[in-house]
Amino acid sequence: MPLITYRKALNDALAEELLRDENVVLLGEEVAEYNGAYKVTEGLWARFGSKRVVDTPISEAGFVGMAVGASMLGIRPVVELMFWSFSYVTFDQIINNAGCVRYMSGGQIACPIVIRGPANGGTNVGATHSHTPENFLANTPGLKVVCPATAYDAKGLMKAAIRDNDPVMFMENTLLYGEQWEVPEEEYLIPIGVADVKREGTDISLIAHGRAVLTCLKAAEILQAQHGISAEVVDLRSIRPLDEETLLASVRKTHRAVLVEENKPFCGVDAQIASLIQEKAFDELDAPIQRISALDAPAIYSPPLEKLQLPTPDRVVQKALSIC
Amino acid sequence: MMEAESRSFADAEINRCLTPEEKIQFLRQMFRIRRFEQTSLKAYNAGKMGGFLHLYTGQESVAVATISLLGENDHVITAYRDHGHALVCGMEMGECMAEFFGKATGSSKGKGGSMHLFAPDKRYWGGHGIVAGQTPLGLGIAYALKYKGIRGCCLCYLGDGAVNQGVFHESLNLASLMSLPVIYIIENNGYSMGTSLARSSAFKQMLAQRAEGYNIPWDHANGENIYEMRVKTQAAIERAHEESRPTVLEIATYRYYGHSVADANARKYRTPEEIEHYKTYHDPLRLWQKRLVDEGILTEEQADAIDHEARAEAEVASRFADESPFPTEADIFTDVYSEVDQPVGDGPHGTYFFN
Ligand SMILES: Cc1ncc(C[n+]2csc(CCOP(=O)(O)OP(=O)(O)O)c2C)c(N)n1
Ligand SMILES: [Mg+2]
Repeated sequence: MPLITYRKALNDALAEELLRDENVVLLGEEVAEYNGAYKVTEGLWARFGSKRVVDTPISEAGFVGMAVGASMLGIRPVVELMFWSFSYVTFDQIINNAGCVRYMSGGQIACPIVIRGPANGGTNVGATHSHTPENFLANTPGLKVVCPATAYDAKGLMKAAIRDNDPVMFMENTLLYGEQWEVPEEEYLIPIGVADVKREGTDISLIAHGRAVLTCLKAAEILQAQHGISAEVVDLRSIRPLDEETLLASVRKTHRAVLVEENKPFCGVDAQIASLIQEKAFDELDAPIQRISALDAPAIYSPPLEKLQLPTPDRVVQKALSIC
Repeated sequence: MMEAESRSFADAEINRCLTPEEKIQFLRQMFRIRRFEQTSLKAYNAGKMGGFLHLYTGQESVAVATISLLGENDHVITAYRDHGHALVCGMEMGECMAEFFGKATGSSKGKGGSMHLFAPDKRYWGGHGIVAGQTPLGLGIAYALKYKGIRGCCLCYLGDGAVNQGVFHESLNLASLMSLPVIYIIENNGYSMGTSLARSSAFKQMLAQRAEGYNIPWDHANGENIYEMRVKTQAAIERAHEESRPTVLEIATYRYYGHSVADANARKYRTPEEIEHYKTYHDPLRLWQKRLVDEGILTEEQADAIDHEARAEAEVASRFADESPFPTEADIFTDVYSEVDQPVGDGPHGTYFFN
């Protein structure tokens, strides 16, 4: 299987879907002529032209709202936010319009839109550019939220997201764009709402989403090599809908869980996961559930400190050891 | 001079081609909106519905005149003061009233309420509760039409308060930049809740003039005059259809009731004399009725009969709403995700609701 980058996997998914369905349109700041601020859309404007790949002004509330409106008439817009941090100026359009129109119309109106872009800290761009709003958005029934951790997942989930009839919030990671994974050449889709066990283990479950999955995989290696502990790594992939069965099955097997995310702790995604586990697998637990999130302050700029603010393999190892 | 201008609107081609029956239909629609709303107000006061109820009374002519020009590829979207637009677009009184009552037979199965009436099959896209939140949606509808190569347009209504929202300005910029067939109709009723126009907006002559900054043509019309509104709206529609260009049209109008029925200060921010003055001298319904009588195509008796029918229709709608069942608890979880309602393949996957 060829090794390709997370960026290329997304690019391929977008190109395949543009080719497949003439109603798919890419919109966003610098997505066309500039080839994308992070080059995710590189070459697509040259290949598909200005009707299908559209540069917008810096006007997130306007163009996200416009895309929501267009989707109500059957267009399938894939809107890039240069950073998910900028979604905060268009929350009304995302939550009130994309998130509620199906419900408030009694199911008469669909909103098949994808909003995508990077949602991550760790790149020394300061608090305003380092937000991870997956918890906020997953709090809105009507929205779907996915956070792929690998190129393989990014491609399969993007294709599924574009074909989905509901609004999908697709959160990428600038630190992963250049990383490579094996991706098959044949077409495949990954259904939204299906988690993936990225590493099998028997002693403890490390449950994560997004880049934290990779942190957990590194921690699992250390736990195995240095402590003889077999850790299972569960990648949620999709936050809403959530594959409860897979994560609960892992906990029932290992009886211990550390939840890891780059989101902030207060009402983070893992607060929900912890609540689920204690409710549905309490008797299976041999130890209290542990959580590791970003350290609870605005994202600090200072490069060495910012590295510490996000979960590290070492912190995951320490937490795991505390309950093993 | 005003007389002459008024006559010239009546004589415009778009109005000369109206049949007497079409003109009478405008009156019928205004009566239907007014009686529907009066009946809904009674029901509101009787505790039949919750929340807000934003009455359109006094503004009926705006929806009637502007929507009267739309063809099969033209669309409508508006804010929460949406009863008039909904009825003129062809929604039934019964489904609307049932929606107000929160009933399963409502247009949105009781999930939207009065601010959120939708009928996409009639190209009527709501009904939106966030001030100016609908303005980029209207733009998107126009975008979709242009994308699909359909010759149509979207009438997107907003209030005089909504013009101060950033997203409206973003929409104007995009509309002009991308050359989209959207027509923003500012229904200037002089107030945004309790705040008068003078206290909310900085402008030179008109709110619509702001369009100039975006290189968008703009115009204004008197909301009492159906002929004038049709002439001005028709020009905008032609611009949208022929050139795929946007327009901003400001229409002077007035609402008789408070901002919503729950407006505690309804009698404080404007004088009773002001309201009486409008009702007596500027009521669009009565003015149109008088005009049709003057034109010799309607008698007072016939007008009364139309009024009577509208009242009766509203009563039937109210009874229908009253007798309809409420949604069930299970209905809370339908119409949230399409994949849950209509699973495709082996889906849906995962947990959608976290109760
Ligand atoms: C974003 C937002 N802010 C405030 C409100 C509360 N609100 C609803 S309508 C309204 C007044 C709007 O006035 P205008 O745009 O003139 O429309 P009108 O009610 O006169 O039709 C206000 C303040 C809201 N619904 N949405
Ligand atoms: Mg107003």
